[in-house]
Formats: sequence, C-alpha cells, structure tokens
Amino acid sequence: MPILVKGAGVAGLTVAHELWSRGHDVAVFDPVGDHRHAASWYAGGMLAPYCERESAEQAVVDLGAGAADWWDSALPGLVRRNGTLVVAPARDTGELRRFAGRTTGFEPLDHAKIAALEPDLAENFRSGLFFSQEAHLDPRSALMQLRTKLAAAGVEFHAAAPDVAAYDRTVDCTGMAARLSGLRGVRGEMLLLRTAELSLARPVRLIHPRFPLYIVPRDDNMFMVGATMIESEQSGPIRARSLMELLNAAYALHPAFGEAELVETGVGIRPAYADNLPRVSRDGATIHINGLYRHGFLLAPAMAVRAAGLIENEEEP
Amino acid sequence: MLDLYGEQIASRLLLGTAQYPSPAVLAEAVKASGTGIVTVSLRRETAGGKSGDGFWSLIQSLGVRVLPNTAGCHTVKEAVLTAHMARDLFRTDWIKLEVIGNHDSLQPDVFALVEAARILTQDGFKVFPYTTDDLVVAERLLEAGCEVLMPWCAPIGSAMGPVNPYALRSLRGHFPAVPLIVDAGIGRPSHACSVMELGFDAVLLNTAVAKAGDPVEMAAAFAEAVNAGHRGYRAQMLEPRDFAVPSTPVIGKAVFS
Repeated sequence: MPILVKGAGVAGLTVAHELWSRGHDVAVFDPVGDHRHAASWYAGGMLAPYCERESAEQAVVDLGAGAADWWDSALPGLVRRNGTLVVAPARDTGELRRFAGRTTGFEPLDHAKIAALEPDLAENFRSGLFFSQEAHLDPRSALMQLRTKLAAAGVEFHAAAPDVAAYDRTVDCTGMAARLSGLRGVRGEMLLLRTAELSLARPVRLIHPRFPLYIVPRDDNMFMVGATMIESEQSGPIRARSLMELLNAAYALHPAFGEAELVETGVGIRPAYADNLPRVSRDGATIHINGLYRHGFLLAPAMAVRAAGLIENEEEP
Repeated sequence: MLDLYGEQIASRLLLGTAQYPSPAVLAEAVKASGTGIVTVSLRRETAGGKSGDGFWSLIQSLGVRVLPNTAGCHTVKEAVLTAHMARDLFRTDWIKLEVIGNHDSLQPDVFALVEAARILTQDGFKVFPYTTDDLVVAERLLEAGCEVLMPWCAPIGSAMGPVNPYALRSLRGHFPAVPLIVDAGIGRPSHACSVMELGFDAVLLNTAVAKAGDPVEMAAAFAEAVNAGHRGYRAQMLEPRDFAVPSTPVIGKAVFS
C-alpha cells in the first residue's frame, strides 16, 4: 500500500520515517526542496515537556514524554540528555517561583549547584530550576539526517507533484499551506549567535515576562536564541524590537554574548489550532498532521505514531 | 449600566487578550467573565497584520466589542499613527491610548498622553486614556476631550492592587459623573472588589487572569468580585468606627442577664 507524505518539515519527515520503519512503501512530496521554508528549520529543538507545561496543557507533557527516545532510536547520537536549566535575574525571582508552581520534574538550584552545572553562569545567577529529564537536539541536523537516511533507504523524494492516484493514502504535513479550517499562524523570530567565550551544556531558559526565552547551545560555538510569539501570519524579516529583546536577553544571560557574531536571524510561522494542541485528522484517503505550534520536535513523534496507527488500523485516533 | 461614549455596556469588567495559554482558553475566559469589551494590542499581537489573520478572526468570533490599544508606544507620533492603523483594521473609533514614559515601570508619559489625546479627539476618536492617578492630569485629559478616564492603581502587571486608595478616592470625588475605569495593577479579585467599593465604574484586567493557574476560573472570580464591589458601593457601606455598636440594643430587653 504506497503512501505519499506531503511536506518535508519535521511533521512530514517524522511520519515518513515512522511509516518506513514499519515496512510501508513511502514517498515524500517536497515541492519546495528547501528546508528553510519549514517552520521547524527555525526551531529550538528542545525536548522539554516539563518546562513547556508552564504555558501548555498537560497533553503536551504526556505526548512529549517519549520524544527523546523516538529521536534516539531514529537518529542515534543526535539527542543530548543534559536537562534544562531555568534561571531568572535577581529582580524576577517571584516569576521563578511562579514557573516552579506551574511545573513538575525539577530540582531547585542554589548558587553552588548552578556553578556545578554551568560554570559560565555562576557569576550572574544565584537561584534556578533544573529539569534533569529533558533533552535537546540540533533541529537542522535532525531534518537533514532524516532525509539522508530515508533517501539512502530508497524512499523517493519528489520535487514535482506526483500522481496522487498512484498512492492509497496521503499524509498531509504542509503546515500553514494545508489551509485547514481553524488553523492560524503564530509568528516566531529567532537568531543564531557565535562565540567561543562561553560554553553551555544544555538549553537555558531565562524568565521573561512576555515570551518564553531560551538559548540552546549547538556545535561550533553556535547558540540559538528564541523565540518570539506574535499572533500574526506575516513572514517578513525580524522586527527591530524583537531583535533587540532577544539580544538583550542573551546579553543578560552572559555579557560575552555582547561580543558574539550575529550569524543569522530567522522567522517561521508556526501552524496552531485554537487550543495550541496538534491534531491528526482524516479526510477521506488523506490524513492530516498539523497544529504542532511551538512543539514540533517534541510532539511530531507522537503524531507520527498516531497517524501510522490510524493508517494501519483505519480507526479514528 | 456602564455608559461609555453613549454606548451601554452590561458588564463592568473589561478584559485584555494578551498572554493567555491559547486562544481557546482566552475565549473561555471571556465567556466566564461575562465581559462586553476586550482590549487588543495592535503592535504586539498583530504586528501590522491584515484582517483575516487567524488571531483576529478568533477575536471577532468572541462576539464582544473590541477596544484597540496603543500598547508599546513611546511617543505622541507613534501613538497617533497606531490609533489610525487600529481604526482602519478594527473599524472602531474607540482607542485605548497608552503612551509609555518609562521602560521599567511602564508608567504613562502624561504630557505626551494629553497631547496625543487632544490630537486624536480632534481626529474624531473616542479616547480611553491610560493615565496615572494624578488629579490634575485627569483634568487636562478631560479638557482635551476625553469622556472616560483609565487610571492605574499600580504599575501594569505588578499585581500590587490599589497602592494609593486616597488618590483613587479623590478622583472619584472630583469627577462624580465621568466614567472611571481602573486600568492596571490589579492582581486579585479582592483588589478589584475594593476599587469598585470606592465607586469606580469598571475594572480592566489582563495579566491577573491570563497568567492565573486557571484563567477561566479566575475570570469568573473577578466577575463576581467586580459585581460585589459595585453593589456594595451602590448600597452605601458603613463607615468604620472606633467603638463597638451592638446590633441588638441592650436597653429594653425583657431579661437582663
């Protein structure tokens, strides 16, 4: 039973891998042929269900619990299980207490423990929270490696629209382009900084009154800083104010970021439903995976498993 | 009924639309609060968005009146421009005017506020100015053409509650006929109740509901608190005394015990 996956962002590649690993005959239709058009290209790549609970529903924790294991088994060596560190400037410790009150799975940190985990942050932060069960990955490596692995295994990637009639099922993972009813776009802006002056072993979240702000370390002295949350579907370049706030946060985390190279700024439009939770839905022979919002790498595996189950059992999810 | 620029509004609670966990939770909170007016920030939330954008459709589907605001503006020019954009986008001449003077406390720049209010009133806007609790600034805003005042009771998002009840009482005393809406600084239902007991006409909330553990339950709690405070004010409360007054007179009792 040949299956066509439309879209090669995190939702599409994840479900293509899940179907392929279960022995299905899969092809991927990627009309753009460029990862940079997928919202997931600009993701943080945090597998942080417990931290996300601060502003997300419990379903995000439940659906995201198995994400690190899924990625580890699909792409061995990619996932780093170093946990997440949450810190706040001295004046915002009330906000840190609020964060702690809304989440679970953490250990409160004093100055000495912060110094032991992230020596470079010890000077600036005296209290924090450590979510030891969380993990992260480099989302761009993940997308490229999944594609390479699937192509090497014989999964065809089509740039031109293939004949849909040749496939028994289509899985539509095209995000905003799917134009599903009830779907909206939430603009996210991020940037990449490079500096050799400090190193971090894990994503660090800085408590910010307006949006969840994080810095994720990547290879080659790179740091991803993200991400704004703006209720808009406009995809134009990053706004000056957002750039200023993101840079300011990085600088507040460590002054060495003031001397970092600003390597890239990026903007993605996250597809989201009104409850900010993802959905797998069926419309005839087409299965839709959409609404991954700000949780692409965290929730795509659970959605892929659900979609594959739906195809194999032909039952409602 | 609350009368704002000739419009009769049933609820005395106004709700901001930022920072909710999701639009679905926002919609439920709006319903639970019974509010008739929601504020929407043009700069922060819609970023120059066009009508038809997902969030804007969701706001429209709430079925309540929209009061656009100029949150994030720091100059007269910026605020006036934003107000005009908001009028085109939201198709209303109501504007909640914010001109921020200090980054840290988000305190309004009252001089720029008065000037922007004058310009916008001349341009045909119905201005709802976010101001401090200063009496003289309030007078200047009324002179500039505002028919509603929205003083803070503490800095935006601070959740401190009324820090200067004297100033709020004095505003009420000086402007008995002007609708007064407490705009910022409310953290708990009891804060909302206490400013309504002072005789304020309504309360505008955002963070206290949006960032609550359960925003929908908190919206309902605030609705009850606002209502209780308003009814208490209307029913004319006792003044505190320094001595006890028995609720049953002692003299005239049949049996002394």
